Amino acid sequence: MSSNSFAYNEQSGGGEATELGQEATSTISPSGAFGLFSSDLKKNEDLKQMLESNKDSAKLDAMKRIVGMIAKGKNASELFPAVVKNVASKNIEIKKLVYVYLVRYAEEQQDLALLSISTFQRALKDPNQLIRASALRVLSSIRVPIIVPIMMLAIKEAAADLSPYVRKNAAHAIQKLYSLDPEQKEMLIEVIEKLLKDKSILVAGSVVMAFEEVCPDRIDLIHKNYRKLCNLLVDVEEWGQVVIIHMLTRYARTQFVSPWREDDGLEDNEKSFYDSDDEQKEKTDKRKKPYTMDPDHRLLIRNTKPLLQSRNAAVVMAVAQLYWHISPKSEAGIISKSLVRLLRSNREVQYIVLQNIATMSIQRKGMFEPYLKSFYVRSTDPTMIKTLKLEILTNLANEANISTLLREFQTYVKSQDKQFAAATIQTIGRCATNISEVTDTCLSGLVCLLSNRDEIVVAESVVVIKKLLQMQPAQHGEIIKHMAKLLDSITVPVARASILWLIGENCERVPKIAPDVLRKMAKSFTSEDDLVKLQILNLGAKLYLTNSKQTKLLTQYILNLGKYDQNYDIRDRTRFIRQLIVPNEKSGALSKYAKKIFLAQKPAPLLESPFKDRDHFQLGTLSHTLNAKAAGYLELSNWPEVAPDPSVRNVEVIDLAKEWTPAGKAKNENPTKKFYSESEEEEDSSDSSSDSGSESGSESGEEDEEGDSSEDSSEDSSSEPESESGHQSDTENRRAAKRNSKTKGKGDSKDGKKENEKSKTSDSSNAESSSVEESSSDSESESESESESESRKVTKEKEKKAKQDRNRLATDASLLDLDDFNPVSTPVALPTPALSPSLIADLEGLNLSTSSSVISVSTPVFVPMKTHVLLHRMSGKGLAAHYSFPRQPCIFGDKMVSVQITLNNTTDKKIENIHIREKKLPIGMQMHVFNPIESLEPEGSITVSMGIDFCDSTQTASFQLCTKDDCFSVNIQPPVGELLLPVAMSEKDFKKEQEFHG
Amino acid sequence: MSEVVSFKLSVRQSTGHSNCGVLTAFSAASASVRRGPGAESLTGPGLGKMIHSLFLINCSGDIFLEKHWKSVVSQSVCDYFFEAQEKAADVENVPPVISTPHHYLISIYRDKLFFVSVIQTEVPPLFVIEFLHRVADTFQDYFGECSEAAIKDNVVIVYELLEEMLDNGFPLATESNILKELIKPPTILRSVVNSITGSSNVGDTLPTGQLSNIPWRRAGVKYTNNEAYFDVVEEIDAIIDKSGSTVFAEIQGVIDACIKLSGMPDLSLSFMNPRLLDDVSFHPCIRFKRWESERVLSFIPPDGNFRLISYRVSSQNLVAIPVYVKHSISFKENSSCGRFDVTIGPKQNMGKTIEGVTVTVHMPKVVLNMNLTPTQGSYTFDPVTKVLTWDVGKITPQKLPSLKGLVNLQSGAPKPEENPSLNIQFKIQQLAISGLKVNRLDMYGEKYKPFKGVKYVTKAGKFQVRT
Repeated sequence: MSSNSFAYNEQSGGGEATELGQEATSTISPSGAFGLFSSDLKKNEDLKQMLESNKDSAKLDAMKRIVGMIAKGKNASELFPAVVKNVASKNIEIKKLVYVYLVRYAEEQQDLALLSISTFQRALKDPNQLIRASALRVLSSIRVPIIVPIMMLAIKEAAADLSPYVRKNAAHAIQKLYSLDPEQKEMLIEVIEKLLKDKSILVAGSVVMAFEEVCPDRIDLIHKNYRKLCNLLVDVEEWGQVVIIHMLTRYARTQFVSPWREDDGLEDNEKSFYDSDDEQKEKTDKRKKPYTMDPDHRLLIRNTKPLLQSRNAAVVMAVAQLYWHISPKSEAGIISKSLVRLLRSNREVQYIVLQNIATMSIQRKGMFEPYLKSFYVRSTDPTMIKTLKLEILTNLANEANISTLLREFQTYVKSQDKQFAAATIQTIGRCATNISEVTDTCLSGLVCLLSNRDEIVVAESVVVIKKLLQMQPAQHGEIIKHMAKLLDSITVPVARASILWLIGENCERVPKIAPDVLRKMAKSFTSEDDLVKLQILNLGAKLYLTNSKQTKLLTQYILNLGKYDQNYDIRDRTRFIRQLIVPNEKSGALSKYAKKIFLAQKPAPLLESPFKDRDHFQLGTLSHTLNAKAAGYLELSNWPEVAPDPSVRNVEVIDLAKEWTPAGKAKNENPTKKFYSESEEEEDSSDSSSDSGSESGSESGEEDEEGDSSEDSSEDSSSEPESESGHQSDTENRRAAKRNSKTKGKGDSKDGKKENEKSKTSDSSNAESSSVEESSSDSESESESESESESRKVTKEKEKKAKQDRNRLATDASLLDLDDFNPVSTPVALPTPALSPSLIADLEGLNLSTSSSVISVSTPVFVPMKTHVLLHRMSGKGLAAHYSFPRQPCIFGDKMVSVQITLNNTTDKKIENIHIREKKLPIGMQMHVFNPIESLEPEGSITVSMGIDFCDSTQTASFQLCTKDDCFSVNIQPPVGELLLPVAMSEKDFKKEQEFHG
Repeated sequence: MSEVVSFKLSVRQSTGHSNCGVLTAFSAASASVRRGPGAESLTGPGLGKMIHSLFLINCSGDIFLEKHWKSVVSQSVCDYFFEAQEKAADVENVPPVISTPHHYLISIYRDKLFFVSVIQTEVPPLFVIEFLHRVADTFQDYFGECSEAAIKDNVVIVYELLEEMLDNGFPLATESNILKELIKPPTILRSVVNSITGSSNVGDTLPTGQLSNIPWRRAGVKYTNNEAYFDVVEEIDAIIDKSGSTVFAEIQGVIDACIKLSGMPDLSLSFMNPRLLDDVSFHPCIRFKRWESERVLSFIPPDGNFRLISYRVSSQNLVAIPVYVKHSISFKENSSCGRFDVTIGPKQNMGKTIEGVTVTVHMPKVVLNMNLTPTQGSYTFDPVTKVLTWDVGKITPQKLPSLKGLVNLQSGAPKPEENPSLNIQFKIQQLAISGLKVNRLDMYGEKYKPFKGVKYVTKAGKFQVRT
């Protein structure tokens, strides 16, 4: 590889060499700033010349050197005028490097930076989405306040761009503009609101990021998008996943009631954590308590679970904290396995994960107990990892495993890493206090350590023993005596102070030793550490009170020494003690109680985990790691007592579909009217929405393709009930599916109307069908339903039957009878399953080209074999009918779409006289029926073709399929894709069209 | 955006200081006030999340590259990092998260380089750490190594990469396949061609992957030889105690793939015994549901080398330990020498040869020198770091390799009380110690017949023998 770099070096070698030369001279001759300055000037002159040359290679070389300077942190700002001229360079690499330069220096040279703005404005209209996106990126990265209005405009336009990539960049630009000018907040929130509705997985992560940045408190913007976000989550790129999960965690804490039972102690039945069969347990839980989880709450928990398997540690941690903060306690157990897996990763990841585990293990030991051994320390671990592991081991210690742990600790105490050995001793102390069975064992073990050769170990042992003895004020005279002897040898101040305190506290138990110790200490008082001095004063005071005969003089002496000490703490303490214990005329009432004050029973110290107080921070956050509130930290709210209205998350159209009553019908009419009038007004206004219309079609195709070929997310989420076989979640899912299927019908019909509208106005090429708002809400409902398309299939059959009954009743209101649509077909059937995105782009083009003047019809590249159910054999009394779109020009009329119908007789009798009757077609629609079929033999099948002119809309053609005895209402609804005509078009024409449509 | 400024009082914790009686409360005057960075700048909204700046620092403390995604942050912010580095005993112990008055520094240590990122507001630390590692991975991928020299030689490409990887501090394109379409990695041929034709190594089309649902794969891949190779690599993590019994052992495995297939192949890989895999993490290309329901890995692969899955073998299964170590290390009291005797032999190796054996020992500080004789291989002792490395090679059961001899200690120093642990490395070809076996690989979506291959290797992971 070195040869690579060598070769690369050669290419731009000259430049770097001179630069290095410059550096050398500038460091060698510190003779004066003048020399340095002149050489810099000279070099920059030469760069300027290169930039002004005609040759791209020279310019490129110059730019590369300049970028090298920026990378080293050198100032290259004076080249600004020369560089900015090249912003319009044709060479894409020069252009990119100029962008790098601009972003770095524009803030400093605002006036000159304005020169480049027009270039970006032009580029924002470029047909190439890459160029549009990067222009927006750079434009928004230039921190020049003057261009705020231009940025705002650009963002608004980009947010409605055809390309999701550009929209993603728009979401990023929102944050940049916001930090440049917070005044724009309101306008930006509007854009965020719009982008939140975007269903592209590319946009989701970025827009949520912008939301978190600009308006994290506007939780109301999330309601309508909550389900969509949950469903998209698996497919969003990993960084976006982290952001979305954190946001949804906060959301859930404000919108749902607590799933934690009141009696959920710290350790609720530990067994249940490891029950593999979560669901069963859940069922029993359900029976016990009235709490039922909001289906949306469940949706979030369920949809994040697969992400525990992510390769990205940040995603795993994000899911873990989500489970920790919002899932029922019995379900949080599944995260421990994944967190333990992360411990195999590099030290930085280990560090963060261990910290979080430490916090969790305090509250719920059970979660990590089975993984106890994963926290065993290796001698090669860095110290910070070792101490964290030790912390966790301590938290996990209990009666059952303490003996194993103590054996393990014994190894650690001997470690060469003394800091770690000391930490282990602290740990042993904590175990001893927490688990009373082993207190004595630990104490004797620690006493053994007092004879250790290493002073740090001894000192730490002393400190810990002191704490342990304080907890059991029983007879430990021997140990105290032993420690008193240690005073001669040990030098660590903390340890000395501890021993002195211990002797002072127990001075009546060791009446002979204590005064002697005081004598020795009085001798060395001046050379002791401050910490020790304070304890000498304490010891003196205590002895003065209990044994004043022997120690009065000694104490007075020490107090005198203390009076003139350099440290004011010690002088203070001395004054205080003297006033308190030495009786004189001024001493107040307090001195009577001096003995009580000094020799009161002190509460035993609680040896607590340093992670004890971290649990009020959200896990996985920077604040948690620092144990201090970081700037911009968003507090996780407590569960609400009563859940806010859950219906806010329903997407509007669902509401309408749900309350399906005559009143509902009337309600429905209103928007329809408005819809028409609105579109008239906007007949020839902006062209963006026809784009979005066509795009929504092609995008849904994309999603569809994904569903077909790779059974990705949409199926994932819906097949969940089977795999999890959750009783409750199953039914809930079905409910959701049902709701969705209704939405679907509604959404499509709306679409249909739009299409219809489009056809009417299609003579003017920039025809306008609806406002952008309208179309985006359409697409939203569509995405909702698509994401659960699979579950819809399950319920489809039942639905249909029910609907057919209603169908018969609804005779003439078919235009508005939105509920009548059979959600039979998936929105768009696209060619080849694994369709490359370029093909999709082609299709987008096709869609646009319908309004173009030059149309040359070509043969379809691919005809899907997919058939749709027209009449199920169960509802057709044995007659089954399927239809498909052969994608051939219709022989009955050039505006008609040809439809093939295959009829099957599944009965054991002949079916006679199959024909079509009672066509109920929306205005303008026409249909060419097939000739009546005389008879169909049992098990026989026949294929007939017919033509329907759908008027370029997706409205349903309803009619009756009749046999000799029966009539069945059926309907055909064309997916948008089947209405299109395959067209061949030159690239130029295509570009032209595309440009035309912005 | 009104932020609550919080002041946190924290009493500096000096060990054992806290409970020395009532009066110690007075000495708590040393309480230090710690405040969050940017406390005063908090009034202004829009601090900008995520990564603000990145500094690359080499071992000797030179900042050799800086990149800012927002306003420029002065290099002097790194002083806090250097301070922390000084405090830490060694590079491994530099805390990954450092709080400074106005910023937070999150750093990683990779290949003798520090990647220090500057953060201003709350952000999940793992997010930044994971991203920084991804940056280092990308450098590794592009330049063959992630070293100071490689980065300095390719500073323009590094800059272009960083520009694409982060926008406004938020990750934009981190998939190597996408990046390679945007910015071509340097090769000898390309730089020669570029210098002649003046063309660039910056792609001018939007990577198709960026827009599709399979962002990890680029479109239009073509190979004359279509190949798919899978390496099943398992590592044994173990702690063996003095007596030779296993304290802790588990198997961590990965399947690395090298896929060179044209078009859009859809692969499914199945195992003979998938139940062995206890905990698995997947490359994003794998269809999770398929795994859940059928235990089959179904995916459209990225092009080239990538890690398909990593897994842990359930701890219920007993882990076979392929080697045993006999050791006797002793230091004599009051004399400046000790004895060192280590023999290594095969155990439960399933009839395969154990090769590439290396023993590394961090000797106690008092050890001055070692005079050893190996029956096989060679050894080195570094008197500065006190690391003994014995390169054993292959273990032949007939003649077990051993290393014997004397240890010279610093005279007068007390004898070390703990014997050092032995870290052992080895490798067994053609064996997955867990018994995991690939059953078959099927390809859909393309017509050609690819060449398929699976290789198994078992290695020692963190394999430590306490003595």
